[in-house]
This record gives sequence, structure tokens and C-alpha cells, in this order.
Amino acid sequence: MAFDLDRAPLDAGYDDPPKRMGFFTDTSICIGCKACEVACKEWNAVPEDGLLFTGMSYDNSVGLGADTWRHVAFVEQRKPLGHQETGARDMDFRWLMASDVCKHCTHAACLDVCPTGSLFRTEYGTVVVQEDVCNGCGYCVPACPFGVIGRRETSGTAAKCTMCYDRLEVGQEPACAKTCPTDSIQFGELDELRERADRRLEQVRAAGASSARLYGHDPADGVGGTGAFFLLLDEPQVYGLPPDPVVTTADLPSMWRHAGAAALVLLAGMAVAAWRRGR
Amino acid sequence: MSNQTDVRLDDAPGLRTEREATPGSAGRGGRSLRPPEPEAESYYGLPVLNGTPWSDHDIAGYLFLGGLAGASSTLAAAAELTGRPALARAAKVAAVGAVGGSLYALIHDLGKPSRFLNMLRVFKVTSPMSVGTWILSAYGPQAGLAAATELTGRFPRLGRAATVGAGLAGPALATYTAALICDTAVPAWHDGFREMPFLFAGSAAASAGGLGMLAAPLAQAAPARRVALLGAALECAAAVRMERRMGLTAEPLRRSRLLKAGQALSVAGALLGQGLGRRSRVAAMAAGAALLAGSVCTRFGVFHAGTASARDPRYTVEPQRQRLAKSRAERDLT
Repeated sequence: MAFDLDRAPLDAGYDDPPKRMGFFTDTSICIGCKACEVACKEWNAVPEDGLLFTGMSYDNSVGLGADTWRHVAFVEQRKPLGHQETGARDMDFRWLMASDVCKHCTHAACLDVCPTGSLFRTEYGTVVVQEDVCNGCGYCVPACPFGVIGRRETSGTAAKCTMCYDRLEVGQEPACAKTCPTDSIQFGELDELRERADRRLEQVRAAGASSARLYGHDPADGVGGTGAFFLLLDEPQVYGLPPDPVVTTADLPSMWRHAGAAALVLLAGMAVAAWRRGR
Repeated sequence: MSNQTDVRLDDAPGLRTEREATPGSAGRGGRSLRPPEPEAESYYGLPVLNGTPWSDHDIAGYLFLGGLAGASSTLAAAAELTGRPALARAAKVAAVGAVGGSLYALIHDLGKPSRFLNMLRVFKVTSPMSVGTWILSAYGPQAGLAAATELTGRFPRLGRAATVGAGLAGPALATYTAALICDTAVPAWHDGFREMPFLFAGSAAASAGGLGMLAAPLAQAAPARRVALLGAALECAAAVRMERRMGLTAEPLRRSRLLKAGQALSVAGALLGQGLGRRSRVAAMAAGAALLAGSVCTRFGVFHAGTASARDPRYTVEPQRQRLAKSRAERDLT
């Protein structure tokens, strides 16, 4: 399992793939500017995703979907953050901001269940939808344990973050990472990012943020580790992330066995009912 | 005015204006204008999952019609091989009608129906929808041929072969749909993957038996009556076991009135068929109608319980937290 993260492109059949690329999103330095959301929309020509006022802090894009490929979450809590002073007496306050994105799982459920082969693994280990192959069956949408991918109303086909596949091909970093003013979004070779994240976690913890943790970095987790992983300052569910996601197809062999057994039971029951004497 | 906050929503003349507000006064008691704290264990109560983009008419309808078609073909083959031509004829016609309807529902629910055939460019065992497409491709033409030869009376040997072929493929069509919905992150579907195929097989058998009772003369409907009883029993047993085993994520299933109605109709139809339905054609038809309605209710019930479980973040987060806590505890022990 330990080598799964790096093996993803090899397992997909690439002979001599480049290093697996990924995102490390360090939420402790996110300032909630949403430049990533804007840059992503601009570069990828992602359609408008609803112009509504939610009242959920500064978050009006609500969550990831077909037309939201980067989403900045805003969490307001009455807790201190590290050793910070809020300035207001008797009032602890912290504002957690986190830019969420497709995780580009090592074991990607969306890719597994896609019946057309539209979703595929790139040589960088990322997961991409081919829009001209997708027939809009929508199976990938409930399969994703993170609630990332969606079916676009306007085109009828599935859409999600491509980690700017077109930019990667010409040696450019993805638009969101390029524009991030604090380097909260870092793009690079996954194994290097993971080392960097380990060092950063120690630093943040030493600064008093004892609840800091990495999310998606563990190759032994239910999705084999993710290509886009995070440094969070609270439990994953506080940011709308599942605490222990598991790729649904892990249980598929057992599902097929059960479905096969049920089919045989149905066949046998019919035979018994027809060949038994009497009325 | 000690409890006055520095953000004001009125302009009463007796109150100070914002320019004179005390810095930092927001924290000193009084009524807070801040929105309530988001719930601790979710992000503003929003779902973690994106749920299905499917319409219930299409996909729950597909689950029902696929089950009816598959089980009817098996019943048709069994009836033909045991010398019950009227029952076989009814079941074949029902099967081809149902599979036609299911194909329509399946294509209608695609975001891009013109690309339906793209599903035939690959075979992926990791995708129940891909496997199902190929099952449907193997089953559909045989069911069509079986019905066409039956109705026209031409090519009887070919018809017999197609009837048996469709009868053997039928159970796969009736049960693969369970793997289809369970192979998702939807909590109430995924967690039920061990029993769901049996629930679907039972519901499919009950609907096919019901259709046989509705359409075939009493003298030939004995297998249909027995199939309906076996199917209803299997459906109920699977449902009970599933709800017991699943824990928290069974809640939406337990709360579903449609599922309860489905089971009640199936059992009532099966019992009525075995009782009065042996002698009275009217009773047999009523029983058949109840069984078909029961299967429809069951499939819509399962579908809606699943979508409800995906909408509530609790069903996604809680079982995962428990799993993490358990594995941590196990790690600490060793």
C-alpha cells in the first residue's frame, strides 16, 4: 500500500510517466480571498454557479460541483486559534478558511464507475473527465465520497477539476495555485509536497494550533491517499469533508458475489415454483 | 446603555449613532446579531455528498421495470418448459414491454441521450452500469425475439431458444441493479449491499408473479402464485435483515412509508393470490395488481431513502467517525 500513491499512473498503464503531481492546500494561511475560485473559472471557462446570498459567512458558492471546481469554505468559531489575541474582550473567535478542490484520489470511485471510459487517469496521476465522451449518466456523482463531481445542467455532462491538465502539459502550474497570493495552494510533485506538509504541520502545532492535522496524505486511507491533500485546523467534517472516506468500489467484489447469489436464488425459486406439482 | 452593540439596525433618536460606538463592545452580553454557530459536526448542515442527479421516475422506474422484465422472462421460460403456454405468452409480452420501458427510462435520464451508445465502447467490471448495459444488450434482443416469435407463431425453435436464453439472463438483469445503486457513496444504499440484491430479487419475483396472476388463466397461474409468495417472503426477509444490520444508516429506510407500503402490498397480494386467487379470477387479478403496486412502492422507497441519506451529513459523517474511533482504539490496544 505504501507505494500506491506513486503507482497510480503506472497502474493506469503509462510506461514511463512523469512524477505524480498534486496540490497541498495549507488552510492555516488561507485568507479567504477567493482568487482561486476566480482564476479557475476564468482559465477553465466554468459557467456561473448561482448568484445567491447564503448568509453562511462569506461563502456564497456553497460547495464543489459541476460549475464550482474550487470552493473556499468559511467557518466562524468561538474558539481561540493558537495563541492569537482577538482584540475583543471575553470573546474568542477564529475564522477558518479553506480552499477545497477535487482530491484526485489514488483509488477514484468516479473513474471506477464511469461506464463510458470518459473519466480517465492522466500521466500525472490526476483524474480527468473527457467531456466529448461523457454521456451524462451521472453515476460518478453519487459515487464520489467527497461530493466533488457534478452533472452540468447546460451541457448534460459531468464536470470537475482537471488540475488544469492543459497547463500541466506545457509545464505551467494550475491556475488556482498560480494565483494564490499566500501560497496556501501549493502545486508540485506529490512526494515533495508531502515532505513539505509534514514540516509545516510541526511548525503549526508548535505555534499552539494543536488541532492541526493533515488530511488525505495517508496512502493507507480508504481512497489510497489523495493527489490533493490539506492541512486543516479542525475536524474534516467542520469543513464539509468526510472524516474517513472509502472508495465504494472496495466492496464491489463482494457486491457482485451477493448479486450473483441473489440471481441464482431467483432462478432456483422460479424453477421450484414451476416444477412443483399441484396448484 | 451598557448592552448596546456597535452595529445598529434602527435609527431611534435616543440612541447613539455608530460614530460613538464603544470599540469592542460587541462581546459584552446583550443580544448577538451574529448568525447562529454552524453545527459542530457539519458545514452549515450541508450534505458532504453531491447526491444523485437522477430523477426518481426514471431510475426508480428503471429498477422496477428491469426487475419485472428479468423475472418475467424467467417465469416465461419456466412456464413454457412445463406446458403452460398462456402464462408463458403473458410473461413474454410483459417482459418485452417492461424492458422497452426500462430502456426508455435509462436513456431519458442521461444528460446527453444522443451518446447512449458510448456505453458500448468499453466493458468495465468496476462499473455496474457498464456491466448492466451489456446484460441489457444480451438480454433485450432475446426477450424481443421470444415475444415476437410467440406472437407471430413463426420460427418456433428459435423462439424456444430465445425464451430459454432470456430466462437465464433475466435474473442477472433483476439483481445487477442492486449492485448499481449500492456501488455509490450514498449511505443507505452502500451499507445495504449485502441484502439489497436479495430484496430486489424478491421484489422482482413478486412483480412477475403478480403480472402472471393478472394476465394468465387460473388453471395455468399456479407457478405465478407460488413465485409471488416466495418473492414477497424473500423481499421482507431481506429488508428486515438489512435494517437490523446497518445501524444508523438504516434510519431513512426504516422511516420510509413507501417501503412499508411496498412490503404490505406484496404480502397482501401474495396471500390473497394463494387464498381466493386460486378460485376467483377477480381475486387473482386484484392480487396481481397489489403485487405490482407493491414492487413499485418498494423501488421508489429504496430510491428515496437513499437520496434522503445523502442529503443529511449525519449519515455520512457519523459512521465514518465511529469507524475512525474504533480503529484508533484498536491501534492503541496493540
